[in-house]
Amino acid sequence: MNTPTLLLAALPTQAEDPEGFHAPGPEIFDLPPLWEGAPTWLTKPTLLAALSAVILIALFWGAFANPKLVPRGLQNLGEIGYMFVREQIGRPFLGKDTDRFMPLLVSIFFLVLVWNLMGVFPVIQFPVASHIAFPIVLAAAVYLLRIYLGIKHQGPIGYFKNMMFPPGVPKPVYILLAPIEFLSNLVLAPATHALRLFANMFAGHMLLAFFSMVGFYFIFQNFSVLGFPVGVLGTLVTIAMTALEMFIQFLQAYLFAMLAAMYIGGSLHAEH
Amino acid sequence: MPLTATILAAENNPILPHTYELVVGVFSFLVVFLVVGKMLVPRIQKTLEERTEAIEGGIKRAEEAQAEAQRALEEYRAKLAEARQEAARIREEAKAEGAQIKAELREEAQAEARRIIEAAQAQIEADRQAAFTQLRAEIGRLSVELAGRIVGESLEDEARQRRIIDRFLEELESTTTTDARAVRG
Repeated sequence: MNTPTLLLAALPTQAEDPEGFHAPGPEIFDLPPLWEGAPTWLTKPTLLAALSAVILIALFWGAFANPKLVPRGLQNLGEIGYMFVREQIGRPFLGKDTDRFMPLLVSIFFLVLVWNLMGVFPVIQFPVASHIAFPIVLAAAVYLLRIYLGIKHQGPIGYFKNMMFPPGVPKPVYILLAPIEFLSNLVLAPATHALRLFANMFAGHMLLAFFSMVGFYFIFQNFSVLGFPVGVLGTLVTIAMTALEMFIQFLQAYLFAMLAAMYIGGSLHAEH
Repeated sequence: MPLTATILAAENNPILPHTYELVVGVFSFLVVFLVVGKMLVPRIQKTLEERTEAIEGGIKRAEEAQAEAQRALEEYRAKLAEARQEAARIREEAKAEGAQIKAELREEAQAEARRIIEAAQAQIEADRQAAFTQLRAEIGRLSVELAGRIVGESLEDEARQRRIIDRFLEELESTTTTDARAVRG
């Protein structure tokens, strides 16, 4: 027997001990319909996705439905959010075109943010974007818009030429560079755009589930003197990880919207 | 089984999207985009523009008011200086006029005084003359009467008598005048 096998043998597994601790796996993302007999599509993620849209609309309605020259209450908050998206996400990549794309950027940033924050909202605790369909929808929308704008502003040939043959490179390098740029812009960029958000939310939720499971198992489910400190540690780490997760949720929403702005900006003007 | 294999082999593969989630995702995004993006964002954009304009307009109006106030202040200052000059000029004029009036009055008063004194002197002279004439006649008569009494009837001849008296009086007058001069001098 080599060492890894020994270690594996020492760990209690579900097969050996049905009552023992087992770390939560990807199955925690498989959620059945909300109740028995409910339609297949009516699951926690779809409900939360729709709920997020409702929350977002309600908040923005409260803030901007009847905006005042001198802002009060919710409008102040909404303006802070709007300004953040405009100055930090739009302006650096879109410049004077920022205002034109603010409806899209505000929608994307705040929808992703609310989806993500569902992951730490008490009782709900499920990040919508950890189901890849949701990031795909947004990434695909940005991808289609980006190609449309690129062809519209740079011409059907110019767009692909600017993309694949950036100037300032020795000619033979294009043999290597052109396919790489093509692949990177048209395949990898949209894929990573969706995957980055999905993977972060997926991993974050797994981590939170793992540490809270440690706390729950060692303190309540299978209390023992030796296990108790482990349970306390698990609980403390869960709290710390929740804080970190909130930061990552914000960061990923910011990054997702920023990449969208960057891709749109790149289509409006040839980058190189 | 390695973890990746487990994940990929799972019944619900996490990197393969569920069709119904795609549909719900598209729906949520579209609703948010239409309501928040297309309806509410333009409203706040408009408000922010209006606010910028209001602030810029306010600043411009304040600057205009400031300039106006400055202009008015300059005007008032100029008017005040003018009024001061005018007042000084009027004062000078009044002073000069006053001095002139004073001089004229003094002149007049002096002339009047001189006139009164002269008149008084003339009157005195006339009175004196009158008194003297009257006195002379009286003295003549008294002297004749006296002399007649003394000398008797000898001096009844009128003509002679008159001549003697006149001579006497002339003598008397010249001595009196000399005496008076001597007294005055």
